[in-house]
Amino acid sequence: MYPAAFEYHAPASVREALGLLGQYKDDAKLLAGGHSLVPMMKLRLAQPKHLIDLKKIPGLSYIKEDGGAIAIGAMTTHWQVESSALLKQKCPVLSETAAVIGDPAVRNLGTIGGSLAHADPAADMPATIIAHGAEFVCEGPKGRRTVKVDDWFLGLMSTAVKEDELLVEVRVPLWAGKTGGAYLKFPHPASRFAVVGAAAVVTLDGAGKCTKAGVGITGAGIKAVRARDVEAGLVGKNLDQATIEAAAAKAAEGVDVQADLQGSVEYKSHLCRVFARRALEAAVKRARG
Amino acid sequence: MKLPVKMTINGQTTSHEVEPRLLLVHYIRENVGLTGTHVGCDTSQCGACTILMNGQAVKACNLFAVQADGASIQTIEGLAKNGELHPIQQGFWEKHGLQCGFCTPGMIMAACQLLERYPTPTEEQIRHQLEGNLCRCTGYHNIVKAIQWAAETMAAKK
Repeated sequence: MYPAAFEYHAPASVREALGLLGQYKDDAKLLAGGHSLVPMMKLRLAQPKHLIDLKKIPGLSYIKEDGGAIAIGAMTTHWQVESSALLKQKCPVLSETAAVIGDPAVRNLGTIGGSLAHADPAADMPATIIAHGAEFVCEGPKGRRTVKVDDWFLGLMSTAVKEDELLVEVRVPLWAGKTGGAYLKFPHPASRFAVVGAAAVVTLDGAGKCTKAGVGITGAGIKAVRARDVEAGLVGKNLDQATIEAAAAKAAEGVDVQADLQGSVEYKSHLCRVFARRALEAAVKRARG
Repeated sequence: MKLPVKMTINGQTTSHEVEPRLLLVHYIRENVGLTGTHVGCDTSQCGACTILMNGQAVKACNLFAVQADGASIQTIEGLAKNGELHPIQQGFWEKHGLQCGFCTPGMIMAACQLLERYPTPTEEQIRHQLEGNLCRCTGYHNIVKAIQWAAETMAAKK
């Protein structure tokens, strides 16, 4: 399959890329790993006249500790996230989530920034990013701004990045104290996309009481969402099995669950509850150490 | 507008002028004439087009040739040395890791990366690492055995 013809640009800096984006506007698409965009172009669902490849821009691929957070460059590949010793030690759920995206060849090229800017409703990383309360750094002609994760996912494949901006960095707060997390999904057997995926991060105090909880759900609706009702059922409580089950029972509330080829609203709502419970059980077990 | 691309494929430098929309897999097969890399699903799921680009397994049907400008590429044709099969190729021979053979080049290239990252893989690791390569004949059983055979052979040679 051949995409429609396009002009290819490989800028050498963020500034140059922003210049091209400002020049070609809606006629341009940004190319990161290309594992969502290129298939869409081959199916002619996307027909950009100008393709701006970000691969040659130096300095967008890194994972480093930076002021209470782990800063991840937007062009960092899923494999780099999967195999990062720093993340495995400090934010292991990010590595574990990256390790179940697509397949090894996809992970070698697909990027964290590309995935989060594309915002496929069945992508894995959005759930984990929501559970961690991450932040997004966008660069535009007027400089950089930071967007909180709760303001990031706006709708179906739609995010807060503006048309003249580039997502350049994702910032994940470092875990404090007794914290544990997990991401679990029911994968589609062929595509490995999440039919439903749930990520949970919980922090416990010395007495075992939950002081902080983050729960993200992906796959179920048109975008990944925070499961606020689940979180509210956890904070301030001792996370025994009954509490976890009662909280997870609310995992489909506030999620605009959509029926699709994978399942009915009832079925996918059930998956939300089951996978939220399993993710919470694993997260609590890890937090207790 | 055509653009010049230059890359090293199996140690030999190639350069052509190509349309930006030319996929890397077609560049390798049609411009360079190396047809061991197959086009299967053409939707980046089956892995028949898997090659190594700068040492990493990638699906050549999901990349434009212009993205590989300056890269070092290895295809199935580059594995055998001096008429002697690579241990992974030999493993597929010994353990009957194929039937029709269509997925085999991609399987073998994926296995190259697998054994580089996990030199002594468990069966579970092998199966997880082959998730991006589909075989419609064998049920994977003998493919797993072939890779285990290759891992043991390569470890013994070190």
